[in-house]
Amino acid sequence: MNPGTPAESSPLIRIRALSKAYQRGAQLIPVLQGVDLEVHAGEFVALMGPSGSGKSTLLNLIAGIDKPSGGCIEIGGVDIADLGEGELADWRAANVGFIFQFYNLLPVLTAAENIELPLLLTGLTRRERREHVHAALAMVRLSDRSDHYPNELSGGQQQRVAIARALVTDPQLIVADEPTGDLDRVTGGDVLALLGDLHRQLGKTILMVTHDPKAAACAERLVHLEKGVLLSDGVGLSS
Amino acid sequence: MKAVPLSYIVRNLWVRRVTTMLTALGMALVVYVFSTVLMMSEGIRATLVATGQSDNVVVLRKGAGAEINSGIDRAQAGVVHSLPGIAADALGRRLVSSEPVALNNLPKRGSGKPSNVTVRGASEVGLELRPQVRLAQGRMFRPGTSEIVTGRAIADGFAGAGLGETLRFGGREWTVVGVLDAGRSGFDSEIWGDSEQMMQAFRREAFSSIVFRLVDAGDFERTRAAIESDPRLTLEAKPEIRFYAEQSEALATFISILGSVLSVIFSIGAIVGAMITMFAAVAQRVGEIGTLRALGFRRGAVLVAFLAEALVLSLVGGVAGLAAASLMQTVNISTTNFQTFSELAFRFTMTPVIAAWTLLFALCMGLLGGFIPAWRAARLSIVDCLRAA
Amino acid sequence: MLLLRLLLKNALRHKLRTVLTLIGLVVAISAFGLLRTLVDAWYAGVEASASTRLVTRNAISLTFTLPLNYAERIRAVEGVSGLSWANWFGGVYITERNFFAQFAVDPSTYLALYPEYVLSDAERQAFLRDRQGAVVGRKLADKFGWRVGDQIPLRGTIYPGIWTFTLRGIYDGAGANTDEQQLLFHWKYLTESVRQRPGAASSKVDAVGIYVVGIADANNAALISQRIDTLFRNSLAETLTETEKAFQLSFVSMSEAILVAIQAVSLIIVVIIMAVMANTMTMTARERVAEYATLRVLGFGPAFVVRLLAGESLLIALAGGVIGIVLTFPLAGVVGQATGTLFPVFQVSDLTLVLQLLAALVIGVVAAAWPAWRMSRVDIVSGLRQVA
Repeated sequence: MNPGTPAESSPLIRIRALSKAYQRGAQLIPVLQGVDLEVHAGEFVALMGPSGSGKSTLLNLIAGIDKPSGGCIEIGGVDIADLGEGELADWRAANVGFIFQFYNLLPVLTAAENIELPLLLTGLTRRERREHVHAALAMVRLSDRSDHYPNELSGGQQQRVAIARALVTDPQLIVADEPTGDLDRVTGGDVLALLGDLHRQLGKTILMVTHDPKAAACAERLVHLEKGVLLSDGVGLSS
Repeated sequence: MKAVPLSYIVRNLWVRRVTTMLTALGMALVVYVFSTVLMMSEGIRATLVATGQSDNVVVLRKGAGAEINSGIDRAQAGVVHSLPGIAADALGRRLVSSEPVALNNLPKRGSGKPSNVTVRGASEVGLELRPQVRLAQGRMFRPGTSEIVTGRAIADGFAGAGLGETLRFGGREWTVVGVLDAGRSGFDSEIWGDSEQMMQAFRREAFSSIVFRLVDAGDFERTRAAIESDPRLTLEAKPEIRFYAEQSEALATFISILGSVLSVIFSIGAIVGAMITMFAAVAQRVGEIGTLRALGFRRGAVLVAFLAEALVLSLVGGVAGLAAASLMQTVNISTTNFQTFSELAFRFTMTPVIAAWTLLFALCMGLLGGFIPAWRAARLSIVDCLRAA
Repeated sequence: MLLLRLLLKNALRHKLRTVLTLIGLVVAISAFGLLRTLVDAWYAGVEASASTRLVTRNAISLTFTLPLNYAERIRAVEGVSGLSWANWFGGVYITERNFFAQFAVDPSTYLALYPEYVLSDAERQAFLRDRQGAVVGRKLADKFGWRVGDQIPLRGTIYPGIWTFTLRGIYDGAGANTDEQQLLFHWKYLTESVRQRPGAASSKVDAVGIYVVGIADANNAALISQRIDTLFRNSLAETLTETEKAFQLSFVSMSEAILVAIQAVSLIIVVIIMAVMANTMTMTARERVAEYATLRVLGFGPAFVVRLLAGESLLIALAGGVIGIVLTFPLAGVVGQATGTLFPVFQVSDLTLVLQLLAALVIGVVAAAWPAWRMSRVDIVSGLRQVA
């Protein structure tokens, strides 16, 4: 654990007996079984495991884009398993920033407009939104590319735009699903360094699913999953 | 509920330009047909409505329906002429005109195809009763002669009906001494000559109709009652506007029903086209849908976004079709009016109401074509979308 | 054959899109067929004309009558083998909506000139004997549920008053396009009643609407027509004699503007669905760029790719076309019923079926033309790189 974190503070994320199963025809296929997990604010956690281990499913559940079959997920004191779909959407908009493997930028919007998207769900005025977007672009060092479309940006630049989008609403939690999966070693390294900087400078809580050991090395805590069960929860290389 | 930005919607249409154009083209064509038909129907009505004056009254034989079926003998005509309440002009002449109407089968210029043209036995008073009719060329015919004047559509469309030319019917030659401009009313499609000369030429002893103007238009009911209760008369009276409105009913209704049915059938094709396009759009952007939902946009916002895309698409098609239909206003057409059995020249007429209905029709097509795909898009689960991307 | 199997499988890959395209095609082809049938129905009278019948009318227009005493003189003209006459009655049966044609005819000579109106001998005799009798066509009788012996009242518009006829016979049309929606009654009844009713204009008595002239040799039609018209030139009522076909055509040309519009519109629907289908094929082609590039790599030439796309397009178009053609028949039946007496004959012609098939083919070919051309030219390398 990070020496700067007070041991007594309650965790940001508290997960108890989380389970998730999918219906495939007549069969119920379990993906997660009885997972308990706690994450404190400001932690940088990597979720690792072989394919089919349920790590992405766990990430989706925490991010609020999927509903569990059982158990509870408390984030910032709110049990999101209890929220209705609309409430969950609102909650996500305010509390979660997403970074996907394939960037998931809208191709017909410019970099700035992509970053602005989450802000449209808030009550900010246009000028306020623009200020936030500028700040986010500066943070990922892409201010000179604000009017470029995704197809005019390299993979690494697109991922940086995605990161800016994840940050722009100042969410409690950043979730990243294989953020370096589609990038070469060098570019991937740059993105990871950026994530690390943001974690250290802004104190963001980051939950990252990866199978790339280099990415895992940036995290301070490693959580291993196999066949839907938490295997180990240990210290990472950067703690 | 916060909406997905309009720029996203519009730009997606632009990015898939070819598909957007083809789909909009299909809609534009349907809209063109729909609009043109309404304009045709409106053109017929407008022409015939312009033919009637608000203070004129038309008298026909009871139950005749059209002037060519009607016969009013001289005795009855005399009774009508002496009715109280009929206005007089500046020269003191009573504004009442007894007119024989006959149909003359004449060949058109160019194609030579024959069509029935209305020939009306009129007089100077008859001309006064129709203030919208003026002489565009030449002069009025002299009473007691074989001179005639022709309406503009007839002068242009039929052989021998132009200024200075001669027509042959009823056993004699008639010289065209003038061309009438009837302000786009039914009289543009008529030939006028001296009333008595026409009676002789067509060997008639009865007039077809009597037109007169009341001093006070409010007197109509009383005058009508007087005519219809008079035991000497077997006549009925109508306000001229209503008479001509009824003349256009059958034809205008036939055209608008035929056209509307056709448009609805065609719209199925266009709606199918829109549906195909929107389904493909949804399929192609499944990843984006997942992203938007993950970011916090509601299902409703996704539904509205795709529906809006379909509506913008149909609006583009609708405006294009409407513009093309508007061009039809420059076209002159004519057909035989079933009710009067005679030629009627008219124009495609655009009105704000027709334009509004047309755009509404286009938007409905967009709504119907876009709804199911948009609804499907909204039903998708976030996880499935992201996985499929 | 591999190609056909490939085409079929490809067409079914995107079931929803194929089904929607099919629906559009079916609607378009059957609408096209219906419109053509509508135009044909307009011309039905022309088609049913006999080349051995001429029609003589007043030269001024059809609304003017001819004197009865012309009959003997026309009958005497060289080449004339039969003569009858008819007046258009224009009556209303209950409401204007129940429109159908009514003619006052000289019964024995008229029925002789129109052998395609088939009446049993008993009914024919009954009709000839009863001056107030009438015969109607089978379709008309079925529409109103009339039986022999019924009283049929008509409100006259040209000839005012209420006229009642006793139904003496129901005729069947000899051919598919014979008009079975007419009512025929005695001309003598008309003329006598007109004479007796008050306010009768003398010009209406002994006035004939048209003469129907039977000729022995159809080739002499023009000659005999001229002979008849020359007889009455410079008389009080000059005549215009023409073949029955020309006479019927003159009615059709009255609505020429509408007919041209309908024909234009039937082409428009084909274009609409062509645009829809071109869209479908373009989308399909775009999705399969990588596959087409792969095929090229394997050694299939550009012609194969063209055949794949064009073949799939044609397959769908023909399927839609055939279904559309099959649907045209019941639809024509419904429309025929709805328009009822306006179009006595409402039949889908063989030419219409051929044209429908041709339209489907053209749609299939044109829709695939541009996408196929583009795909055959796709640069293999960039094609392989594309992910749909």
